[in-house]
Amino acid sequence: MTGKRVTFSNTWLAALLIAPQLVLVFTFFYWPAGEALYWSFTLEPPFGGENQWVGWQNFKTVFEDPLYWNSVRISVVFALSSTVLAMGIALVLAVFVDRRLPGYQAYRFMYFWPYAVAAPAVGLAFRFIFAPDAGFVSALNQWYPGIWNPARDGVDAVILITLANAWSMVAYNFIFFLAGLQSIPRTLTEAAAMDGSGVLRRMADIQFPLLAPTFFFLVVINLTDSFVNSFGIVDITTAGGPARATDLMVYKIYSDGFKGKDYSLAAAQSLVLMLLVVSLTFIQFRFVERRVHYT
Amino acid sequence: MRVAGQTRPANEGHPMARNRLSIAALALAATIGAAQAQTPRVKFEYWYGLTGQLGEVMAEHCKRFNESQPKFEAVCVGQGGYDRAEQNTIAAFRARQHPTIVQIYDAGTVNFMLSQATYNAVQFAKDFKMKIDWNDYFPGIRSYYATSKGEMWSFPYNSSSAVMYWNRAEWAKIGRTTPPATWEQFERDMRALKAAGHSCAYAFDFDTWQSMEQLSAIHNQPVATLGNGYEGLGAELVINQGLFPRHVANLKTWQDEGLARVQTAQTGKTIVQAFADGTCASMLSSIANHGVVGDTGRPGLEWDVAMIPVYEGFSRHNSLVGGASLWVMANKSKEEYEAAAAFLDFVLTPAEVKWMPNVTGYIPITVPAFNQMRDEGFYAQPKFKGREVAMQSLTFTPPTKNTSGIRLGNFTSIRSEVRSELEAIMNGQKTVEVGLNDAVARSNHILRRFEQTFRGRTLP
Repeated sequence: MTGKRVTFSNTWLAALLIAPQLVLVFTFFYWPAGEALYWSFTLEPPFGGENQWVGWQNFKTVFEDPLYWNSVRISVVFALSSTVLAMGIALVLAVFVDRRLPGYQAYRFMYFWPYAVAAPAVGLAFRFIFAPDAGFVSALNQWYPGIWNPARDGVDAVILITLANAWSMVAYNFIFFLAGLQSIPRTLTEAAAMDGSGVLRRMADIQFPLLAPTFFFLVVINLTDSFVNSFGIVDITTAGGPARATDLMVYKIYSDGFKGKDYSLAAAQSLVLMLLVVSLTFIQFRFVERRVHYT
Repeated sequence: MRVAGQTRPANEGHPMARNRLSIAALALAATIGAAQAQTPRVKFEYWYGLTGQLGEVMAEHCKRFNESQPKFEAVCVGQGGYDRAEQNTIAAFRARQHPTIVQIYDAGTVNFMLSQATYNAVQFAKDFKMKIDWNDYFPGIRSYYATSKGEMWSFPYNSSSAVMYWNRAEWAKIGRTTPPATWEQFERDMRALKAAGHSCAYAFDFDTWQSMEQLSAIHNQPVATLGNGYEGLGAELVINQGLFPRHVANLKTWQDEGLARVQTAQTGKTIVQAFADGTCASMLSSIANHGVVGDTGRPGLEWDVAMIPVYEGFSRHNSLVGGASLWVMANKSKEEYEAAAAFLDFVLTPAEVKWMPNVTGYIPITVPAFNQMRDEGFYAQPKFKGREVAMQSLTFTPPTKNTSGIRLGNFTSIRSEVRSELEAIMNGQKTVEVGLNDAVARSNHILRRFEQTFRGRTLP
């Protein structure tokens, strides 16, 4: 972080130029967030009218519920493991393409497709493929009966949604990693190669350190996305089951608010989720970014 | 009725909203264009929740109305699922953009009764001189949507009830030609089927509609205090007492012994799919799936429907209606209300009531229409054979306090609490007692929150 600053002499023009963006942010973020803040301290009847101020009651209800903490725990496990998985796979794929392995042009084109598939469609596909009775993976159960059953086993169900989420994130990560790798000057790796370092040594000492900014950016995006964007996959794949094993925080908000019409409880939970994501991002910027060197 | 992947009408509530909306928008644009050319018709908006083939039937019903007369025009918009129809109506009402009529599923009845956003049906029919005779509705249908004083606040529309589907050919292998009338007999049949080499005599899932709601009704057992919630918002769930724990314990035993099997979308096949392809020999499901099984069943599948078995020592009572009713919303113009009244009168004419069972698995909702259909030999046709079982089940006795319906606040969340606990019980994480006690405790918490949210309002 440097102390360089660009200043505009014409403040009015600057304000005018950023106004549309500010209006959008206000309408689609601050306004609803403000409304949610208000609802979380009241009891809001679905059709509106006479809502009552109840102070911290909604938050108390949320925090005193042992199943809520269960939901937080699952969300954290889900976010971390799908981030690691999605970034790991994407990095390997990007390195392959960057090294121009045979057929890399086709891969480069194809790997991006999954990102264009909507979350419910991903969920539906994974539900079919991994169905214990009828899916492709049911062959596993023929060899070892009962080894894979996301409909009964909570761990299997979490693995299933993690795979589905990671699969759809790999494409996005891949593009960024590939762009990052390709922006590393060839002369550096060539020089290293001439000094006799092998492929893995060059990756470890040159490419990965130079990829640090991309890496950091993707960690932030992947974690945030896993926390707030995963309900489409959960809804179609497991519907939060079995026995709440995949009841992620964001899915719980959806079911309490939109299915149960308990707007106040959902508002309180979404504030908690928002604070969690904000603080995670803050920690990342405060402590992790220090180690990142922008070139 | 709940949505998404449940066992009732297989294609209800699937997320095809965008598609449907854009089609509806096109239709809207087309009708606006057409109407401007001619004398203006009085328009009103009608939102429906059903999707898939049933959504097409809803749109077709509007078309039939629009073609039946020149004065009014129903502008019908599918909302992509029952729960979305409710959500969208709430959001639209808050923004004063709501439709005149909306189709709301059974579980949404409480919210609408307490909403102060509707035009109560009896008053509406009186104010706009509808031809409706409330006594035409079957009592079991009427009671589900009526207030505690028996007054109708909405117009029952697409209706179904639960029945047992059984595979005749499989039963014939164990030398039986009649369906089991009691659960005790059913258990003996399942053991015989297993002995005969059948790996799934009975398919079930965690949907509470059949196992909890219908089973409690036909045994005249309460699901909640205060007449299943009809008498006030202070009701409490009581499913951890009486017959339900016994039935859940039986399901668990049957599952563990390999007689019965859980079939859900997550295991690969829903109960309807598992029954239709012959994997499982029986299931409890909505009569609305009669057509689905008929259309998608494996060739040569010999099947029939029967009333849900009753435990020995209990006398059979009427089962509950499932489906949706039509609500008239408040704050619309007089012209829109006149058009809406014409539409409601139209869908209640015997010809239209009779049309619905022909194109869906739903039952005729009025007595005159049912009698006509029976006399015309509708139920003798091979395709519709057995549909009358749902009517027998629904009208078996006059509704009692326990069999009128279930009127609990935030019932969708209660269903999902019970479902989660049933999953935990069947997976062996909890005993029947602990699981059902937890379900009751959590549901009662939901009910108290609902009561507090609607403080100062009383159920009509």
